[in-house]
This record gives sequence, structure tokens and C-alpha cells, in this order.
Amino acid sequence: MKGFVSNISAPLLVGALILSVLVGLALFAPWLAPHDPSEIRLEAKLAGPSRAHLFGMDALGRDVLSRIIYGARVSVLVGFTTVGICFVFGTLMGFLAGYYGGALDEVIMRGVDILLAFPGILLAITLTSILGPSLRNVIFALCVMGWVGYARIVRAQVLALRESEFVLAARALGVRDTRLLLRHIFPNMLAPLIVEGTFGIAGAILAEAGLSFLGLGTQPPAPSWGSMLNEGRQFLFVSPHMTLAPGMAIMTVVLGLNFLGDALRDRFDVKREGPW
Amino acid sequence: MHSYLVRRLLLAVPVVLGVATLVFLLIHLIPGDPVEIMLGESALPADRDALREALGLDRPILEQYGSFLWGLCRGDLGDSLQQRRPVTTLIREHYPATLELTLAAMLISLLIALPAGILSGIRQYSVWDHSTMFLALLGVSMPNFWLGPLLIWVFSIQLGWFPVSGKGGLAHLLLPALTLGASMAAIVARMTRSSVLEVLREDYVMTARAKGLSEARIILKHVLRNALLPVLTVVGLQFGALLAGSIITETIFSWPGLGTLMVKAIQTRDYPVVQGCVLVISMSYVLVNLLTDLLYGVIDPRIRYEGIRE
Repeated sequence: MKGFVSNISAPLLVGALILSVLVGLALFAPWLAPHDPSEIRLEAKLAGPSRAHLFGMDALGRDVLSRIIYGARVSVLVGFTTVGICFVFGTLMGFLAGYYGGALDEVIMRGVDILLAFPGILLAITLTSILGPSLRNVIFALCVMGWVGYARIVRAQVLALRESEFVLAARALGVRDTRLLLRHIFPNMLAPLIVEGTFGIAGAILAEAGLSFLGLGTQPPAPSWGSMLNEGRQFLFVSPHMTLAPGMAIMTVVLGLNFLGDALRDRFDVKREGPW
Repeated sequence: MHSYLVRRLLLAVPVVLGVATLVFLLIHLIPGDPVEIMLGESALPADRDALREALGLDRPILEQYGSFLWGLCRGDLGDSLQQRRPVTTLIREHYPATLELTLAAMLISLLIALPAGILSGIRQYSVWDHSTMFLALLGVSMPNFWLGPLLIWVFSIQLGWFPVSGKGGLAHLLLPALTLGASMAAIVARMTRSSVLEVLREDYVMTARAKGLSEARIILKHVLRNALLPVLTVVGLQFGALLAGSIITETIFSWPGLGTLMVKAIQTRDYPVVQGCVLVISMSYVLVNLLTDLLYGVIDPRIRYEGIRE
């Protein structure tokens, strides 16, 4: 236990702490928010930070801090749901491509190539603009693109592990494919998948905020950090606090998750494709 | 080299076709009636029929797909529903502004990232290294839809140094380019650092040191030439991220490029324009990636020989 604790690096600790705070805010928002996030007080609209309203009020006189606390719910929901779905679907696709190979591998990997030809969140913007702005459509749009990273990792790992002695031995003993994947292959590829998932949560939170900023994500009056930023942008001259607070929230959470992802990657010694 | 070139070009063909097909499917497989989505529920049946006919939606899907591909080959992407002008004309008018912004963002980010990353790699674990890498992590965590308004608030509203929005001279370009290029600068700086560190551990660098070459000569001649190769790939890949990022950046700064055109088209449900913008942005990305691959093959002989062996 002592060895484990001494092995915890500062970025790992900071990242885990920020993630915990985010999840805590999302879970206990009704108890933590000082005010009702939807309560409109027009007489106090655009008011700056005060003791009663630490982050000030927005254009409709709603408490910005309370909306940020409630906005954490959207980020957590999108981040974890998107990564969960992509993790399962991508792992399955990667396993099918790597383990069975042949035509199935060709079809899946060419599909991956095509999806990778869409840069950044372009496909998500297009899909949400077509399907209509809603949180469900945001998650769907992010999943359409998001599974690719997991599939590529799993395929590469399966190709490497397929001919390893322990897998050959398990097959010789007549172990079924599903069991082989879950019991023998999957545990050996968990480390890179966890790293990918950590960066994936950050990516999904950023993408949701970006889509909401464009008016394609969470719809008013539900609080989302991205839509709060978009509202704040229109009052930048008179009330910069409306822009500062949600932006700081997004950056802190993404920074924390990047710290965590970096630290986990170093710990697991994973070589990751992608921005880093 | 010739066969490497042919191989890469041939590999790009199915991707280009796949992208075109997916974009076609996106518009044509909308759940429900696409015409109703575009015109709204209250539209008159006659208007609906007219639009359906104009978009060719009354024809079988395969026929629509065929004419879409044929139109694409001739550079015909249909007409804008709102502006009643050819989509290709609109794209031709807006694309140069996006390209200008993207290239400026790329230039700024490389000017910041390369020296910062190289110095970090050479002086590993120094104060410079730690602070640069922290800034890089900050840069990649800071969304451009926050950085943009922040820069406007500081440099345009508070200091009055730059215009708030619009397109004009260099002063108009700097803030949007910095907003767009910040995360690429962060990514390239980190990539450059790790690449320099990796090359510094190579045997040939040790040999150069043993030969008594000066540190400057070792860095410039032996380390940088090899370390910057992987950075080139990242720069190519990041070009796509810049193109996609320009959609948000252009909206913030009212920059009259493809992003602004696309967002306006989304708001007015002008789907032929949305389709055209998506196609042009993704095709540009495929083209840049292809060029990066080819350039990589030219610079690094190992790549093209490996390509041939495969």
C-alpha cells in the first residue's frame, strides 16, 4: 500500500481530484448550488460578482455559479456516456477486425479510414445540424466518430496477441471466442484503452461544449457550459464574467483529464497515437 | 519512389469515394422527411413538392447517388436554397478566407511551437522545459471558443489594439489566427520535444559527440533533421483540425470564410450548402494528408522502401 501511494504522481493526483470534483458537482448539484439555476430575476440581469452571487448573474438574471454547477451534469453525462458506448462498440469492432481478419477486417478498417477523413468535430457538427439540436443527438454524433480510436487500439493489440502462446494454448483447449476475448485477450489491452478513455472523456466534454456554443447541443434553458459561453460572448463588452466563468470550468476539467491521461499513459507505459 | 506515389494515390481513391458517399447518405437518410425538416411543418404541400423535385428527392436513391457523383465530378454541388446561387460559387467566394486564416494559424503555431519544443527537448527538466510543457497542456485544454472571446476582451476591448471582428489587414487576422493556432502550437511543441529527446539518445548523436563536433552543429545537422520528420506528420494531421476549428473561430470573429457560411447554412437549414462545405473541408483534409504522406516519402527514404516492400 505504501509503495502504491508513493508511486502516485502529482499530475495523477491533480487529475483524479479534478475528475472527482466534477463528478461530485454533477451528483450533488441540487445540494451544492446556492440558487435555482433557472430562477429568473430580471432586475439583477448582468450583475457582476457579489457575495451573494460569486460568479455574477447572466442576461436573464440567473445565478452563473449555480448554472455552472448544474452544467457539470451535462459534461459528465456526455463524457461518460460517449466514452462508454465508444469503448464497447470500438472494442467489439477492433476485435472482429483483428481476430477474424480477411474481408471483415477490410470492411471495418476502410470504414475507419473514411471516418478519419472527417477532421475534428466536423462530422458531429453535420450530424447534429441534420438530426436537430439535442443532448441525445450530440452523444450519438460523438459516438459515430469516437469508437474509431478504440477499434484501432484493439485491432492492433489483437493482431499482436493472436499468435501469442497463451492465446494459442487457450484455443487448443477449445476455449470459445467470446471467452477468449473477455478472459485472455481483453485484460492484456486494458491499459491503452483506459488511457484512450480518459482523453476521450476530455474530448467529448470539449466537443459537447463546442456544439452547444454553436447552438447545436444542449438547448436553453438547460445549463451547459458551451451554451453559457455563447450567451456570454454577446455581452462581452459589459459583462465579461459571463464568459470567464464557464470557460474556466471547461478548461479546468479538460486540463485535469489531460493530466490524468498523461499520468496514466506514463504509468502504463503506453504509446498512444494522437495529439500527444 | 514512383510505385510509392502510385500506391498512395490509389489508396486515397476509396477514401475520397467513401467520404462523398457518407456525405450523400447524411443528407439523404435523415429520419423523417428531409423536405419537411428543411421547410418546417407548416410549409405548403406545393412548396414541399417543388423543393423535393428541385433536390431530386422524388427519384430513386441510386439515381440520386449517381447524379450526385456525376455532379461532384463536374464541380456541381447544387444550388443554395436560401441564396438561390450555385453552392460551388458560394464556396469559391468563401474558401480563400478560410485558407488564409488556416495558413496564418499554422504559421503562428509553428513559429511558437518549433523553437519552444526544440529548446525544451535540449534542456530537458529545466525551468524552461517545465513551464513550456505546462503552457502546452494549458493550450490543448483551452477551447478556442473560450480563447477567442478572452483575446477579444483583453486585446480589443481593454487595450484596443486589434479590431473585434471582421476581415481586413493583418490586424484583423492576428487574433483569429492565434485563437485557431493555439492548440496546434501546444501539440506541435510537445511532439517536437519528445522527438528531439528520442533522437538525442540515438547512437549517431553519440558518435557525433565522440567525434568532437560542436553542440550547435550536432543539434542543427544531426538532431533536427531527424527529429522534425515525425513533426511533419503531426502538422499534416493538425491541418484538418485547423480546418474544422475554423468553423467555430470564424463564428467568433465574424470571419467571412467557409465556417461562417456553414454555420449560417445550418441555422437556415440550407442543406446543399452544408453538404458542400463538409465535402470541401474533408476533401481538403484528405488532400493535405496525402501530400504529407508523399512529402514524408520524399524526405525519408525508409518510408518509400517500406511502402514498396509491402
